[in-house]
Amino acid sequence: MMQSYFHDLVDLIGAALRGAEVYTCAFSAEASDFIRFNHNRVRQAGTVTQRWLTLDLIAGRRHATGSLVLSGDLELDRARIGRSMRDLREKRAELPEDPFLLYATDVRSSERCGENHLPDSPAVVADLRTAGHGRDLVGLYTAGGIFAGFANSFGQRNWHASYSYHFGWSFHLEGGRAVKCAHAGVEWQPDRFVRTVSQATEQLAALSRPPRSVLPGRYRVYLAPAAVFDLVDLLSWGGFGLRAHRTKATPLLKMTENGVSLDPRVNILENTRDGIAPDFQEAGFIRPDRVDLITCGAYQDCLVSPRSAMEFGVPTNGASAAETPQSVEVVAGEVPAGDVLRRLGTGIYVSNLWYLNYSDRTACRITGMTRFATFWVKHGVIQAPLDAMRFDDTIYRMLGDNLLGLTSERDLILDPDTYLHRSTRSARLPGILAEDVTFTL
Amino acid sequence: MTLNEIERSFREVAPRVEFWSLRVVEERNESLSVRRNVVQPATTSEDVGVMITVMDGGGMGYTATCDLTPAGLRRAAERATCWAHHTAGCGAVDVAMLPRPSATGESASRVRTPWSSVSLREKIDLLRRECERLKVDDRIVDWDASLWHTAVDMLHATAAGGRVRQQFQYLVPMLSATANEGGETQTRTFGGHAHCRQGGLEILGDVGFFDAAPRIGAQALQLLAAPDCPSETMDLLLAADQMIQQVHESIGHPLELDRILGDERNYAGTSFVTLDMFGRYPYGSELLNVVFDPTRPEEFASYAFDDEGQPAAREYVIRRGVLLRPLGGAVSQIRAGLSGVANARAISWNRPPIDRMANLNLEPGDASFADMVAAVERGVYMETNSSWSIDDSRNKFQFGCEWGQLIEDGRLTTVVKKPNYRGISAAFWRSLRMVGDPSTVQVLGTPYCGKGEPNQLSRVGHAAPAGLFTNVDVFGGAGPR
Repeated sequence: MMQSYFHDLVDLIGAALRGAEVYTCAFSAEASDFIRFNHNRVRQAGTVTQRWLTLDLIAGRRHATGSLVLSGDLELDRARIGRSMRDLREKRAELPEDPFLLYATDVRSSERCGENHLPDSPAVVADLRTAGHGRDLVGLYTAGGIFAGFANSFGQRNWHASYSYHFGWSFHLEGGRAVKCAHAGVEWQPDRFVRTVSQATEQLAALSRPPRSVLPGRYRVYLAPAAVFDLVDLLSWGGFGLRAHRTKATPLLKMTENGVSLDPRVNILENTRDGIAPDFQEAGFIRPDRVDLITCGAYQDCLVSPRSAMEFGVPTNGASAAETPQSVEVVAGEVPAGDVLRRLGTGIYVSNLWYLNYSDRTACRITGMTRFATFWVKHGVIQAPLDAMRFDDTIYRMLGDNLLGLTSERDLILDPDTYLHRSTRSARLPGILAEDVTFTL
Repeated sequence: MTLNEIERSFREVAPRVEFWSLRVVEERNESLSVRRNVVQPATTSEDVGVMITVMDGGGMGYTATCDLTPAGLRRAAERATCWAHHTAGCGAVDVAMLPRPSATGESASRVRTPWSSVSLREKIDLLRRECERLKVDDRIVDWDASLWHTAVDMLHATAAGGRVRQQFQYLVPMLSATANEGGETQTRTFGGHAHCRQGGLEILGDVGFFDAAPRIGAQALQLLAAPDCPSETMDLLLAADQMIQQVHESIGHPLELDRILGDERNYAGTSFVTLDMFGRYPYGSELLNVVFDPTRPEEFASYAFDDEGQPAAREYVIRRGVLLRPLGGAVSQIRAGLSGVANARAISWNRPPIDRMANLNLEPGDASFADMVAAVERGVYMETNSSWSIDDSRNKFQFGCEWGQLIEDGRLTTVVKKPNYRGISAAFWRSLRMVGDPSTVQVLGTPYCGKGEPNQLSRVGHAAPAGLFTNVDVFGGAGPR
């Protein structure tokens, strides 16, 4: 239904073109339920339905881009689109030619239609509260359809629809200690949910021991996949895009300028084929199945948006304008997950990181906090929860000289981001063992 | 379809429930940018939608939709009612205790030179000129000049007779220059993109946009040649454009009442502040005076009513160093049993209101900038935030700045790059030794304050003077510290 509505919109746009005008348009929509919990009670609950169309109206090398929210009612939207196209034409006349304009002209249509097997969200409230019975549960349940489309005047049509849920929550104890959990999928699986809750409960038991603190210094560390997600997420801020590389703003500058490398066991790639994000971008280019970003510890390739492709004279590989990974992977290593504590020996087990930023961008030195379940481990045995600590170290040390290993199992982490709209980014990541990681506060 | 027409349409299908509210938001954005002397695609966006909130039978729910047809509004009201009924008896808030806002009023941003009074071509020409002026040397490898204008029209109506109409005009001017030589890159910006104001194009003159580009380019080059900031414990003089970050992260967020009540523990975090601290806790030195001030017309997050329809007023949050009042809206105030402020805010029609800091300002003192420099034997002056990180209870922070300059024997001396400092909020504000006079104040803000589940990026405003702190852990770049 949403897809046919999108095609109706596209027909409206196509019929309203003048002369040699061409267009590209990207469509995004969601129908999402949000249930927010605090103290295992519902803090806020509701539904958000939104539809957006971004239209680039092009004449030669001049163009103007506008986004507008759509009602879903074709007659209302016909008037809005008509007005938008008039405004874009007026604006375009005042703008110079764009030397970096690039859009797909080879028609590569595609379609990926998910099916909706989600339960009615209000009915899920009771299940979720049962999991939190007797516990201090805080979190957000999100569920519904996410839709993306692309069309252009050359006849290309792309469609991507998925229906999924994501429950990200934490169980809290007195004193601020907590364990963070996530349960996501396309069909509600109560058994799997119960297992996740059970695992979280086991960690809660360890968290209930008297906490201890350690002095600033250097420690052996295990970063669980959820913590690695935050690390890779920060690296994605300029680390893998061509524009940041060519303008020397990349945090991986030492890799590109000075030939510095990470440990040869580090391999990072954009794996579109196995991700959940659409494989097309806003100018109509199709992403390749994979782009190798770091191979055997060395800088390999970048994500290249169409605009960067024109600006720097290289082919695009279908990246979005922000040139950030959508389906990033770190290749697995050789450490079995069951052997992590033994291999860690004495050190810090970090389940989650928080609020990472560059403390020296050109050196790729990163600071951030431990959060949620963080433990002091001695001789391979969890001893006590640790209070939140600040680390500050370079990626070249943590994933270079001081890397001990990567786990052989990986977690698929679905990005819980709901800024503006629900994210379709994902990551497949192992845990990381490193030594001599610097903690400062 | 006007906001009044949407309201009329909704009233015809309004649900028969104990209480409803309607919030209609229409927003138009226009972004213009010239980067590396090339005009970037000019983008516009037009957004309009509604949020309907229902309280009924002991529960509360919302539905937000962009379907503004009568049928769409009816469906949204039915869905919100459904949520209210499904959450009755299991809510974190006692719905019966919540206020039913009935205030009426109107407000609008003060604008002297409307955005639309200058043609697109003229605005592009302006940005081209400023962009060219950033490129002061071949080592400037990336540079850009941008303007982002937003117009918001919102209407809040309630079943209790409340009706509030507010219109806002926002402008964010931005300049940036990145210099590179070999393995070193330095970026200098126009106040960290924090020159966010309400008003029209007169803001450009008010914030010094026309004088800034050559200085920014030259300072990026200066930083390239500068030594690293030394690592030692010393005095720290913060410019207004870093003071706002310090206020934002280590006063604003920990005082948000929903964090203290635990709502944000799964995402943005909790707070080291507890309910029993209000009225007695020594948050900082006696020089620390902080106000929640939605009344300053030019400031980014000024408004007459919050997004639940509560009238907004100026309130002291910290006075002479003592913590007085949390940043919590009407719902949080009832839950906590404390007086707060009118700061229940939503980024748009598609997100529910939560406690946000809005305008949070540090009041000026009586020290001139020269007085503060003269008072330092060994220290560093830092301008313009470039890195920010703080723990989830808002205590252990670390910030980095674009620009540093040593202070030796009461004089500003060597420029240093990559200046960073860290500390603990509660102790740091007690080390506040001097506060700058009004000549050091800047009125700034950000459009990117992240919080909430579902997530929201909100506009906040901060006016702050420069400030001097003693015995701070300061350090520079390169290897781990």
